[in-house]
Amino acid sequence: MAASPTIRVQNEDFHLQTEIDRLVAGRTDIGAVVTFSGLCRDDGGSLNALELEHYPGMAEAEMRRIAELAIARFSLQGLTAIHRFGKIAPGENIVLVIAASRHRQAAFDGANFVMDFLKTAAPFWKKEHLADGSTGGWVSAKDADDKARDKWR
Amino acid sequence: MKVKLVYFAWVRERIDKPEEEIELPDAVVTAGDLLRHLKTLGDGYEAALQYPEVIRVAVNQEHVDHDEPIAGAREIGIFPPMTGG
Repeated sequence: MAASPTIRVQNEDFHLQTEIDRLVAGRTDIGAVVTFSGLCRDDGGSLNALELEHYPGMAEAEMRRIAELAIARFSLQGLTAIHRFGKIAPGENIVLVIAASRHRQAAFDGANFVMDFLKTAAPFWKKEHLADGSTGGWVSAKDADDKARDKWR
Repeated sequence: MKVKLVYFAWVRERIDKPEEEIELPDAVVTAGDLLRHLKTLGDGYEAALQYPEVIRVAVNQEHVDHDEPIAGAREIGIFPPMTGG
């Protein structure tokens, strides 16, 4: 039976080790765990915070669809994907993907695949709040992200 | 057909409401038709949908292409390209 992914969309922070422990608890079949976490950066001091908006319901559903594709494609033993929303300061976590498999390549590829699709298909949007107090506007989607996704086709 | 529309990010800001229920004319068949129809509803809609080709549409919380029919939709999400992760 295919592994069932853990998907969460939440305002609060997450803790990497706690989530890894949850994924591998009681398991003896997992040989590789790859963890990706995305953080808010301050872009040389100009950024005060990112505001993450999401489409409640669809965000979780789309993350689950992506996760299930990854599990099937890479025969993953386990997958956790957590995305935060709300106001996030530089240095704070935004997103977490943990992929577990028998051997390392599937876990690396699975985490990479999930992130590429999460960035281009999961309904989240970032708005910048700048250090000078102004609103920097909405972050534009990048062609490079579409190209990264298309390499999996 | 009466349908609930939900807007996000700068589409929401320009239309100036997060959601609404509207009655669609029979001529609106596809997601692309819907965007063209909404664009005629006022300045905010015109500003939000100025470049409809970049706008994403989700029917019942699943992505659809602009040429796909929206018949039977309960909820249609309209939003810019996504920038999460």
